[in-house]
Formats: sequence, C-alpha cells, structure tokens
Amino acid sequence: MSTATSARPQVRTGLSAARRAQNMMMGGLILLATLLVVAPLILIFVYLIREGIDAVNLDFFTKIPAPEGETGGGLLNAILGSLYMLAMSSVFGVLVGIAGGIFLAEYPRHPLMPSIRLVSDVLAGIPAIVMGLVAYGLIVLNFGFSGFAGAVALGFLMIPIVVRTTEEVLKLVPQAVREAGLSLGLPQWLVTLRIVLPAAAGGIITGVMLALARVAGEAAPLLFTAFGNPNVNLDPSKPMSALPLEIYRGATSAYDENQRMAKAGALLLIVLIFVTSLLARRFSRKV
Amino acid sequence: MSDPARRLPTRASMSSGSDRVFQYLILALASVIVLVFVVSLYLLGVDSWPALRQFGVDFFTTRTWNPVSGTFGAAAMITGTLVTSFVALIISVPLAIASALFVAEYAPRWLANPVGYLIELLAAIPSVVYGLWALFVIAPVLSRWEQGYFASPEKIAIYTACKNIWDQDRTTLQCFFVPSAFDGRGLALAIIILTVMILPYTASVARDVIRLVPADQREAMYALGATKWEVISRAILPYARAGIMGGVILALGRALGETLAVAMVIGDSQDIIKSIFGGASTMASVIANQFGDAQETLHRSSVVTLGFILFFVSVAVNLLARVIIQRLTPKGVK
Amino acid sequence: MKKTFLLGLALSATAFTSASAQSLTGAGASFPYPLYSKMFAEYKSDKGVSVNYQSVGSGSGQKQIIERTVDFAGSDNPMSDETLKSAPAKLLHIPTAIGAVVPSYNLPGVTAPLKFTGKVLADIYLGKIKLWNDGAIAALNPGVTIPPLPITVARRSDGSGTTFVFSDYLSKVSSEWKSKVGTGNSLDWPTGTGAKGNDGVAGVVKSTPGAIGYVELVYAKQNKLPFGSVQNRAGKFITADNGPASKAAEGVVIPADTRVSITNSPNADAYPIASFTYVIFYQDQKYGGRSEAQATELKKMLTWMTTSGQQYNEPLDYAKLPTNAANKAKSIINSMTYGGKKL
Repeated sequence: MSTATSARPQVRTGLSAARRAQNMMMGGLILLATLLVVAPLILIFVYLIREGIDAVNLDFFTKIPAPEGETGGGLLNAILGSLYMLAMSSVFGVLVGIAGGIFLAEYPRHPLMPSIRLVSDVLAGIPAIVMGLVAYGLIVLNFGFSGFAGAVALGFLMIPIVVRTTEEVLKLVPQAVREAGLSLGLPQWLVTLRIVLPAAAGGIITGVMLALARVAGEAAPLLFTAFGNPNVNLDPSKPMSALPLEIYRGATSAYDENQRMAKAGALLLIVLIFVTSLLARRFSRKV
Repeated sequence: MSDPARRLPTRASMSSGSDRVFQYLILALASVIVLVFVVSLYLLGVDSWPALRQFGVDFFTTRTWNPVSGTFGAAAMITGTLVTSFVALIISVPLAIASALFVAEYAPRWLANPVGYLIELLAAIPSVVYGLWALFVIAPVLSRWEQGYFASPEKIAIYTACKNIWDQDRTTLQCFFVPSAFDGRGLALAIIILTVMILPYTASVARDVIRLVPADQREAMYALGATKWEVISRAILPYARAGIMGGVILALGRALGETLAVAMVIGDSQDIIKSIFGGASTMASVIANQFGDAQETLHRSSVVTLGFILFFVSVAVNLLARVIIQRLTPKGVK
Repeated sequence: MKKTFLLGLALSATAFTSASAQSLTGAGASFPYPLYSKMFAEYKSDKGVSVNYQSVGSGSGQKQIIERTVDFAGSDNPMSDETLKSAPAKLLHIPTAIGAVVPSYNLPGVTAPLKFTGKVLADIYLGKIKLWNDGAIAALNPGVTIPPLPITVARRSDGSGTTFVFSDYLSKVSSEWKSKVGTGNSLDWPTGTGAKGNDGVAGVVKSTPGAIGYVELVYAKQNKLPFGSVQNRAGKFITADNGPASKAAEGVVIPADTRVSITNSPNADAYPIASFTYVIFYQDQKYGGRSEAQATELKKMLTWMTTSGQQYNEPLDYAKLPTNAANKAKSIINSMTYGGKKL
C-alpha cells in the first residue's frame, strides 16, 4: 500500500495500482453511460431538424392537411386545436390543482388532508390512456367526441402536477410572512390569497408551465376524446385535432406527405415544449 | 417537514366565518381530485364487470384473445407489459444511475447543469415523437439486420427449423434470438424505446438524492484515503439507495403504462412470445389499438378491464414506492 | 358532489352544442378514406359544409354509430343482423363506391406482377408458406425469379372492413381458413405484424423487403407498391387495376337494404376480392339533441355522395356505383325522417 508511486505529485499516497485502475475504469464507464443517455435526445433533435424543417413553412401554419394522396397543406387544424384544448384544460386543471395545493400546504391538520394528498399522488401515476377511457365514459358517451372531452382528459392529467408544485412552493414561503399578515388582523383566507399566493406566484407559474409542457405532447388520451378533425374547428362541442394526434397519424402512414407533416409537427411540438420548460426554469430562478 | 399551521395563532378569533367559507371552497375544489379518482374507479369498474364475470380468473391466465369467437384472456398482454417494462428497467437503471453520478459527482459545474437539463428534456419528449423516431430511424436498422440474417443458406435452415418449433407454440433459447419477423418492429424495438423513455425518471431522482448526501459522508471516506469510486460505492450509493429505489419505481410505473410509442413499434401480436424480434402487445397498446372498435359487449369490456388492471397496478406501484422509501431511508435523512 | 360536477359538465357542454350545425362528423373505414377525404374537401369548398371523417377502421365506425357519438359511420362490410339489433334504433346502409382489396408486396428485383390464388394467400396468412421462393408461389409464376426472402405478413391491428372483405374471401376459398380463423373485422391472427389502417399496412409493406399486405387498390397505387393478380372463381387471373372490381357487382342481386357480399363473384371477368363500401346512419335523425337542420345537412351530404360526388370515384381507382345500387341508395336516403316526419 505504501509503495505506490504516482506520476502526479498531488495524488494522495497509498493507492494500489489495482484500486487506481478500478477508479479510472468506473469513471470512464460513468462518462460513457452518460453519453449513451444523452445521445437519443441529440439524435432525435437532429433527425427532426434535418427531416422536418423543410415542411415548416407558411403553408404549414396557415393551411389544413391536403386530401389523402395529394401534396401540400399544413397543420393549422392541429396547431389551433392543441392551443384551444390546452387553454380549456388549464382553466379546469389549474383551478383544481392550485386549490388542491393550497389545501395541502395551508390546512395540514385537516382530517381529509392525508387522503387528498395520497389520491393526488396516486393520480399522477395513472397512465394517460386510462384517463382517456374515463373521459370517454364520462363525456363522449353523453355528448359525443369533442374538443371539450379532450380538454377534460388533459385537465385530469394536469391536476396532480399542479397540486404537487403548488404545495411545494407554498411550503417554501417563510412562516414569518404568514404570521406578519395574521398579526395585522387579516383573516387567514386573505393572508393566503393576498400574501402567500403572490409570494409563491413564480413557483406556481413554473409548475403550471411544466404541466402544460407535459400534457401538450399527449396523444393517447385524445384518441377517444378529441378524436381528430381535418378542418379547423373552434367549436368545443365538435371533434378537434391536436399536434400529437396528427403526428401519430402521419408516423404510422405510408404516404410520404403524411410522414413529412408528422416530422414537421414533431419538430414544432418539441421546440414548443423545450422552450416552455426552459422559460419555466428561467422564471423560477428569477422569482 | 415544516408545518405552517402548527405555529399559527388559533383561528378562533375574528373573521372565522369568512375563513370557514374559504376553507370549504378550497376543500370543495380539492375534493374534485378525489372525485376524479372515484369516478374513474366507478366507470372502469362498471365497464369491466361483464368480462370479469364471464371469464373470472381465466381472464388473467389464458391467452386466447379472439374477437370472432368472443373469448378473451389477457395473459399475452400482461406478459408483454411485464417483459417490456422489466427488461427496459434492468437496462436503464445502471445507465441512469451512472449519468446521475456524472452530473452530481464528476462533472464540473459548467457541465453538470447543461447535462442535467438535457436529461430532463429527455423526459419532456412526447411519446408519439419517440414512436416516430423509433419507426423511422431504429426500425430500418433492426430490419436490415434481421434481413441480413438470410444471407446464408445455413441461417435460412436455422430460421426454418425455428419456424417449425414456433408453429408448435413453443420456443428454445436459440430460437428466442432468431428473428421471426423482418420489419424491425417487435418486442426488441419496444424494449429499446422504453429504455430510452424511462431513463430520465430514474436519472433525475437519483441525481437529486445523490446531491442530498451530506458532505461529511464523502469527506470522512476521502480522509481515510479512499478513491472517488470507493467513496461512491461505499458511502454515496448506500446512503442514497432509498431515493434511487423511489426513482426506479417511478420509472417502472411509467414503463407499465406507456402507450403510443409502444403501440407504434411492438407489432401487435397476441401470440405468446417466441422470439425477441417477433411481435407482441402490451395492455396499453391493446387499449390504444382496440378500444375504438370493440363493439361487442365482451370485447369492449375486456379492453376496459385491461385499463382497470393498469389503474390498479399503477396505484399499487405508487404505494409500493412509498413503502420502499420509508423502509430504506437511513435514519436522520428527511 | 358528483351530481353537481356532472351537472356542471352537462351545462357547459350543452352551452357549446347550440353552436354551428354547419359541420358533420363521421368515422370508420380506412378503405374509402382517400376518396372521402377528396370528396369532403370538394364538398367543403362547394357548399361550405365541413365534414370531418376520421379513418379509424370499419369496426370503430360501427361501434361509434351504435354509441351515437358520430353522425354517420363508414364501413366496408354491412352490419350483421345481430349488430343491427344491438343498435338503439333502426340503422340504414347506403353504398358509396366499389373497391378492390389487393395483395401488395415488396420484393426487390421482381418487376413482373405476381399471380396469386386464394389458397396461396390463405396459406401465407396462416403462416404455412414462410418463404417467397416456396414451391406453391413459384408454380403460379413460372419464369419469375423470386428471392428466397422470408415473408413478413402485414395485417391490421384495428377492427377493419378491409380485413372482413379479405377474410370473407379467404373463408370462401379455403376451408382451413374458415375453420381456423373465420371471417370478421378483428381476427385471432395466426401470424403477422399488425398495423393501424390500410395506410399502416401499406407503410409496413413499403418499408420492409419481403412483406405482403392486403390493402385497398388506391393505397397500393398512390404509394407505388406492386400488387399481384388474383385468380377468380372462373379460374382467370385478374389484376384489380382499371375497373374489374365493378364487374363483381354485376350478376349479384342487390337486396333492398343493399347489404351484400360481392367477394368471389360468379362473373367471369370480375376481380374476386371486391366490396361495396357503405355509409351507415340512423333512419330517424331525432336523437341525442340533434337539430332538424343538422339532419337535413346530413341528408344533403349523403345525396351528394351518391350523385355528383361519384365523379371522384374513378380518378382514385374506385368503381362508381352501378345504376341499380345508386337508385336503391337514393330511395334509402329518401326514407330518412326526423321525429317520424319525412325530411
């Protein structure tokens, strides 16, 4: 042990060659594994840029898909459908999600608190397609396929994400802030709404943006709810298209034109998702 | 864990009326969460009942899925779900932990943050985009390899021999690695894409818990003359194992329910698995493929039952993760 | 609690439904999808009415019309008597076109169109013929050098009318197929890679050397996939191109409700794997809060499909409706009612 020498003078003495070799080898393997983990992200991104960028032109944003077998057209129907359904699902998902977060953080001694926390955690793990089945039974069977049904399915998925982030950031608000409010004679609800929530707003907005980024790419729960639509439709009682639905359709299609649209749609979708999560990160750091 | 309300003054004083209204309002909205859960359970339960009543335990143990005769057993999809998820998990966990170690222990700060962020972005890529990439990029590569298997007469002979074995509904170890289809789609591709998809879940949880390992744990080992790897393997990983297990279970939950990427590449076969290159199906992929058209009561109910099973499995996995984290957490760690 | 939630949902949804009647929703067969997407694009620019047709498979179309989630369904196989009975009210069928299901394949180096018999197709789909250079295929195609590739069988993963037509034909010509697999929208497949829609099957064939898949003619032609000729009942090998599918309906008695199979036609020049493709809808349109305006819109659209809309059939390699079928369709459409009152 004491005889080991090293070319590098600052190395601690007392390392056998075997131990050093092991140390080096594991370090190398860890580096290699990390490269393997990151590689798919880079490969996917490069592939989509190479194959999809050509189709991202003015038509892509202003036209609907061409009839099957013809060329041209765009994904206006899907872009608008996605935005519309995300907006609708936020109304529902954010309201319930933030309320849930407030309840868990501000009423920790309420007898119902543990069960609501448990159910919210469990809900986060339920596969999206299963929530699609639920939305089908709840809404589609009663009112038909619709953008509204799709938005409800996406809202179900948003709730647990928003609940968790809201709860976490509310708990980070210093206790002194609440006490200061209460000592001024404000009722607790005003303290929560006017002091605690604004103090945590940055974190909550980050959570909402992350939730949106997460559900924006979901196609599985939309298959049996929003259903898809080749036309632009802004009537929430009728079927709507969404970017992930068009990507699914195009990627499993034999038509070159559909595949081209799917690649361009995938490029747009992941750029939007990446930008949203990047902004969310920036935002949370600034606040 | 901080408990804000514990230190609040008692709420008996003024304005307790408006406080109560607010509390009820918040409680009502928060109850929607429970409501969603209960409604899901109810709807899935009611729709699953006809199949469960008709087939009982056989639904889980038989593998005939025949819409023509109206006989449904889900053993093939249950096996498919378990095989794809666990194999993907076994491949991904070492890679994920290694990348977490790199970010938390090896990389300098200027590199650690971007790499950590890239790994998180991996989790943000939608399932359909993974599916698209697998179909357009990996499937052709696999397909070329599978086709190449037919370059020599000896290999054709092996294939023909295996085909005869497969036709008797069985397989051998050798035949398990002989391609039974040549389009690149199948079990192997599903496992590859699932591995990539669940990596970031384990990796980001592992990174966070490794960063939480107290510095004195490391320093004590370094002071004894340990190498970096020895510090990692003897001080850091044992300390962080509960959290890492939590991340692994989280990834498992994702893998079990992953739908479209798998449905796009797995080749949709309800046969028993005879070759890793052959088609298979998972519970989620069958829901995606068949719920839309399952019109006979039993067919439809059987598909919904798959959803019901997934619902229960994901709840169970979540509860399991909690128990494991509680059991394995070393004393003194929050 | 649950009640108020559902009530809220109901209120918000009914608030929405009062909006435009200027759009119709249909779903079903992928077999006629290239035709329908062309027809409905033209219909929209002509009449300003948007028709959303989702190509989700005939099985899906049948289910959705029974569950009343769409205005009309597309299906290549008519509903069975049993399925019709399970519907909440009387459903009507009208044919809109005749199409052909062709065996398309991907065989690098093979330029001459291959010949198939029903028995060979059945044996391929039963998994009994495993390699392309199998004696049974070679015997039908003397002089063609076929590479010794393994056969990748591509078939549907969703409930499909194309599958119904194909399996209906195979059941008529192969007793082994009939007893082991049978006829249906969804089957317990002995072999093969499943893909969604005609489009998905064409995709597998296009990307896989050695693959064979059954698709509607237009999918093979538009994606430039070679397809084989099939031996008909009279023993002739017929290529589906240029209209022999329309002959399949000649000499077949079309019943008043138009539900009929025309596979394995007795006509000596007919292509054997042909089928009408149908639109299915409710006779009485007053259900689930539908307005009379919406019902009228559907009637107009159906009439257009079977009259002026027929001009789009032949450019897309579908056969036009024969006169007798078109006439029957007309009288069926005219029997539509709204709350018992004629539309």
